[in-house]
Amino acid sequence: MTEPEAGRDRTRDAANQPLPRDAELGSETSAPVEATAPPVGAPSSAIPPSEEPAPSGSTAQDAELESLYEQGLDIKARSQWALARRRFLRHKLAVGSLIVLILIFGAGIFAEQIAPYSFSEQNFEDGNLGPTFHNQHYFGTDVLGRDYFSRVVFGIRTSVRVALLVAFLSTIIGVLIGAIAGYFGGWIDNLLMRFTDLMLTLPILAVLLVASALLGEGSPYRVAIILAFFFWTTLARIVRGSFLSLREKEYVEAAKAIGANDRRIILRHMLPNTLGAIIVNLTLTVATAILIEATLSFLGFGVRPPTPALGKLIEEGQGEMLIGHWWLVVFPGLMIVAIVLCINFVGDGLRDALDPTQRRTT
Amino acid sequence: MGAREPILSLRDLQVEFNTDDGVVRAVDRVSYDIYPGETLGVVGESGSGKSVTVMSILGLIPQPPGRIVGGEALFRGVDLLKVSKPELRRIRGKDVAMIFQDPMTSLNPVFRVGEQIGEALRVHDPELDDDGTRTKSIDLLKLVGVPNAEARHDSYPHEYSGGMRQRAMIAMAIANQPSLLIADEPTTALDVTVQAQILEVLKTAQKETHAATILITHDLGLIAEIADRVVVMYAGHVVETGDVETIFHTPRHPYTLGLMNSLPRVEADERWLKPIPGQPPSMINVPPGCPFHPRCELRQGRDICRQETPLLESIESSDHLARCHFKDELRGTASKFAEDQEVAS
Amino acid sequence: MFTYIVRRLLYSIPVLIITSFLIFMFVSASGDPLNQVRQIPRVSQKTIDNIIERKHLEEPLIVQYGYWVKDAVTNQFGTSLLSDEPILPDIRRVLGNTMQLVIMAEIISAILALLIGVVSAVRQYSVFDYAATSLSFLGFSTPVFWLALLLQILFVTIYLKTGTRVFFTGGLSSPNPSNFWIDRLQHLALPTITLVILSVAQYSRYVRASMLEVVNSDYVRTARAKGVRESRVVMKHALRNAMIPFVTVLALDFGGLLGGVIATETVFSLDGMGRYLIANLSERDVYPLMAWLMVTAVIVIAFNLLADILYGILDPRIRYD
Repeated sequence: MTEPEAGRDRTRDAANQPLPRDAELGSETSAPVEATAPPVGAPSSAIPPSEEPAPSGSTAQDAELESLYEQGLDIKARSQWALARRRFLRHKLAVGSLIVLILIFGAGIFAEQIAPYSFSEQNFEDGNLGPTFHNQHYFGTDVLGRDYFSRVVFGIRTSVRVALLVAFLSTIIGVLIGAIAGYFGGWIDNLLMRFTDLMLTLPILAVLLVASALLGEGSPYRVAIILAFFFWTTLARIVRGSFLSLREKEYVEAAKAIGANDRRIILRHMLPNTLGAIIVNLTLTVATAILIEATLSFLGFGVRPPTPALGKLIEEGQGEMLIGHWWLVVFPGLMIVAIVLCINFVGDGLRDALDPTQRRTT
Repeated sequence: MGAREPILSLRDLQVEFNTDDGVVRAVDRVSYDIYPGETLGVVGESGSGKSVTVMSILGLIPQPPGRIVGGEALFRGVDLLKVSKPELRRIRGKDVAMIFQDPMTSLNPVFRVGEQIGEALRVHDPELDDDGTRTKSIDLLKLVGVPNAEARHDSYPHEYSGGMRQRAMIAMAIANQPSLLIADEPTTALDVTVQAQILEVLKTAQKETHAATILITHDLGLIAEIADRVVVMYAGHVVETGDVETIFHTPRHPYTLGLMNSLPRVEADERWLKPIPGQPPSMINVPPGCPFHPRCELRQGRDICRQETPLLESIESSDHLARCHFKDELRGTASKFAEDQEVAS
Repeated sequence: MFTYIVRRLLYSIPVLIITSFLIFMFVSASGDPLNQVRQIPRVSQKTIDNIIERKHLEEPLIVQYGYWVKDAVTNQFGTSLLSDEPILPDIRRVLGNTMQLVIMAEIISAILALLIGVVSAVRQYSVFDYAATSLSFLGFSTPVFWLALLLQILFVTIYLKTGTRVFFTGGLSSPNPSNFWIDRLQHLALPTITLVILSVAQYSRYVRASMLEVVNSDYVRTARAKGVRESRVVMKHALRNAMIPFVTVLALDFGGLLGGVIATETVFSLDGMGRYLIANLSERDVYPLMAWLMVTAVIVIAFNLLADILYGILDPRIRYD
C-alpha cells in the first residue's frame, strides 16, 4: 500500500509546518548541554535528565542548562503532538471513522453484553427470518434459527483480536529488522532487502493460504502468528528507508561525534522521527489483516468453528444465499467493509497528521 | 520615457493562494510598466511575489489554490486577465515567452530537445512541415550556441548539461520572435561560470528579437549588468521603482537601501557586511500597515508605519517611485555604491 | 537492450533456484505430507509405504528436494500423492483459463484507471475527484470474495425475476452453447467485473497520484508557457510521464492479481489456478501445491522482467549498459 520514500527530506517538510521554531528549540537548547556534558559516560546529553540522575558535582550553570534543555524538549514534544492532533481533528472523516470504529470494537469487546443471543444458540421457531426487529433479529437468522446479529458481534471480536495481534507482532518485527538494516547497513541490510524481494515473488495470499492450511489448525492465535510472520516486510522497508536518510542528518552525526552509543541514537534520535510512519503503517496493517483473515476463513483455511469469525459466517451463509437468504452473506460482509473502511479513513487522517512526507499511493 | 506606450502595463494586480493555514496574498496591488526594447529588472527575496506576478498574468499559476483577485494586465492594450483561454494560449509562447529558473526540470525528460523546440514553433504555426520545423529548431540551437546542433537536436534533455539545457530553453522562448521575454531567475540554478555564458546568450536573444525583457532575480549583480529599470518587491508589494542608477545609488525606500548596503563590494575592504535585521514576514501574517515596518531602521517607533500602508508615490515628480511614509527623510542619503562612484570619479 | 534482457534472464536462474528451494522447504517444514492420507481409513499401510518409496519420503530433505527438482524438470512436476497422473497438464489447463480472466481484467482495469485517474488529477478536488476517491476507498476496503458473492446474488436474482440470463454465475462454459465465445464471455463477465472493481480502486489512485506529481511539474508548465493546448499538455506531456510508473506497477502487480483470482474463482466455480490451489489445499496434497507456487513464481519473475523492459522503453533516461 505504501512505499518507503527514502529520498525525501524530512526536515525540509518539517520546516514547512506552521510552528517550526518550537520544534527547533529543542535541538538548539540541547547543544550547550552536550558541550558541558562530562566526557566520560557522556551519553547523558542524548536522553532527558529524568532518565539519568544529573552527574554529581554539576555546577549551578549545568542545572540551569539542564532545565532549559528539559523545557526545550517539553516544548518540542508538546507542540509536535499538539500539531498532529490538530491536523487529525481537522480531518472530519477520520474523526467520524474513529468514533464508529470505537463503537464497533466496543461491541466486539462487550459481545456478551451486547449480543441478544449466544454465538451458536439455535432457535428453530425463529428460523429463516430476514432482518427484523422481531425478537431482536436485526440481521436475520439462518435455517437453524441462529441469530446473525449476535454471530456478527462475536465475529467482530475474533477478527479484531487477530488483526490487532498481527499488527502488534509484525510492527515489533518490522521495526527491529528495519532499524537494524537501516542503521548498520552492510550485509544485514542486503539480506533483508533480498528477503523482502523474494517475498514479493509470490502472491502473499497464496503463501498465507498454504501456511495457514498446513499449520493454522483453525486457531485464531496461530493464524495471527502466521500472518504476522509475513506482514512485517512493508514496515521493515519503511523503517529502513527512514533510518538510512536519518543516518545522514547533522543532529545524528553530532550525537555520534559526542560519543552517544548506537542504542541511544536509535532510541532518542531516529525512532521518534520514524514514529509517525510506524503508527500509520500499524493502522493500515490492521485493515489488511482483517481482510486477509476474513478471506482465509471464508476459504476454510483460517479461523474455524467453534471460534466465530466474520469470514466463516459468510462462507456458512453462502450455502443459504441461493435459496434467498441474502442477509446471511450481506451483513457479515458489510461489517467487514465498515471496519476496514473506517480504519483506512483513520489511517489516512493519521498520515496527514503524523507523517506528511508519506503520500498515499494506493 | 513617459511619452512611449508601455508594451505591458500592470495595474493593481492582486493574487491570492488558499493554503491550509489561511489565505496568502502573494501579490498585493502590484503596478508596473515595461516599455518596448527595455530590460526591466524585478528584484526581491524569495516569496516576495516577483515570480507569481508574471506567472499569474500568463495563466500559469495553478488555480486553485491560486486566484487572481483583481487588477489589470494590459498587453498592447489587451487585458490578459480578461481574454479567453484560447486567446491567452495564442499569446503565450508567441508574443510573450518565458524562460524558467531550473533548466534541469523545465524540459520534458521523455521527449527529444529538438522536438520540444519544434513544438513551440508548430503550436503557433500549424502550416510548418516536419523539415521546416527541424531546420528552424536547429538554427535556433545554433543561435543560442549549442555546439553540434544537428546531432544535439535529437538528444534527450538528460544528455544535455545544465547550461546547455538553459540555452535550449532560451531557444524555445525566442522561437516565435516574442515581443516580451520573461526570464524568471534564468541563472540562479547554474554554476557561476555558466551564469556568465547564459547571460551572454540572453543578450544575444534580446538583440535578435528586440524583445522587451522582464528579468526576475534576487541577484543584484545581474540587475546592474543588464537592466535599464528596476522594480523592487517586498512581501507582495512594489516598494520602489526607478532607473537602475537611481535605485542603486540613491534609493528612497529603506528596504532598497538596506539591500544595497548589505552587498559586498569587490573594491572595498569590508570587515563586516551589514545585513537587514529580522526575516521576511510570513505571508500568512503580513504585518499591518507598511509590511516592512518591523525591520525598518527609519521607523523609529512611529505609529503611522504600523497603521497605514504607504502609497507608491513619485519622488519629485520623476519616474522614481517609492512606497514609504518617510521617504523624504532619505533624501540625500546614498548607498555605498554611490560612494564608489564618487571615489571613482 | 538485447544483452540486458539476456543478462536479466541469466540473473533469473539463481533467483528461480533459490525460490524453488524456499518453496520446497516452506511446504516441507509445514508438516508431514502424509498426515491427511493416514487418516483415510480405506488407505492401507501398503499404499502409504508405496507412496513413501515413490516420493522418497524417508530420505533427507535435501535429497527429496533433488528428486522434486528432477521431477519438475523432466517429468512434468511429477505426480500428486495419491494418483499417478502428472501434475503439469492440469496446471496448464487451469492456467489457460485463469489467463483469459486475468488478462481481460487487467486490460479493462488499466483503461478505466487511466480515465478515472487522469480526470481526478486534472480536476483535483472536484465532485468527480471526491466521488472517485470515496469509491476507491470503498473498493479496497471490500473483501474480494464478498464482492463476488454480491454480484452472484444480484445476477441470480435478475435471472429468477426476469428469466433472462445476462451473465452466468458459475462455471466456465455451458454444455452446448450456440456461440462458444459469447457463452465464454457470459461466464467470465462476473469474475472479470469483480477483479476489475478491485484493481481499478487501486490503480486509479495510483494514476491520480502520479498525474498530480506531473501536472504541476516544471516541464508541464513549460509546455503551457509555449502555448500548447491544455488537452495536449495533459495527454502528451503529463500522461506520457505518468505512464512510466503506472505501466511498471501494472506488470509488477500481476502476481497480486493471481492472488485475487483465488477467492474469485472459488466463488464462481471457475476451473482456474485459484480453484486448483484451494482444491489441493483441501486434500493437503503438497506436490500440486509446490508446482502451483513454482509456476506462479515463474510468472511473477517473468512479469518483473517485463516491467523492467517496459520501463526502459518508456523512459529514455534508463540505460541498459
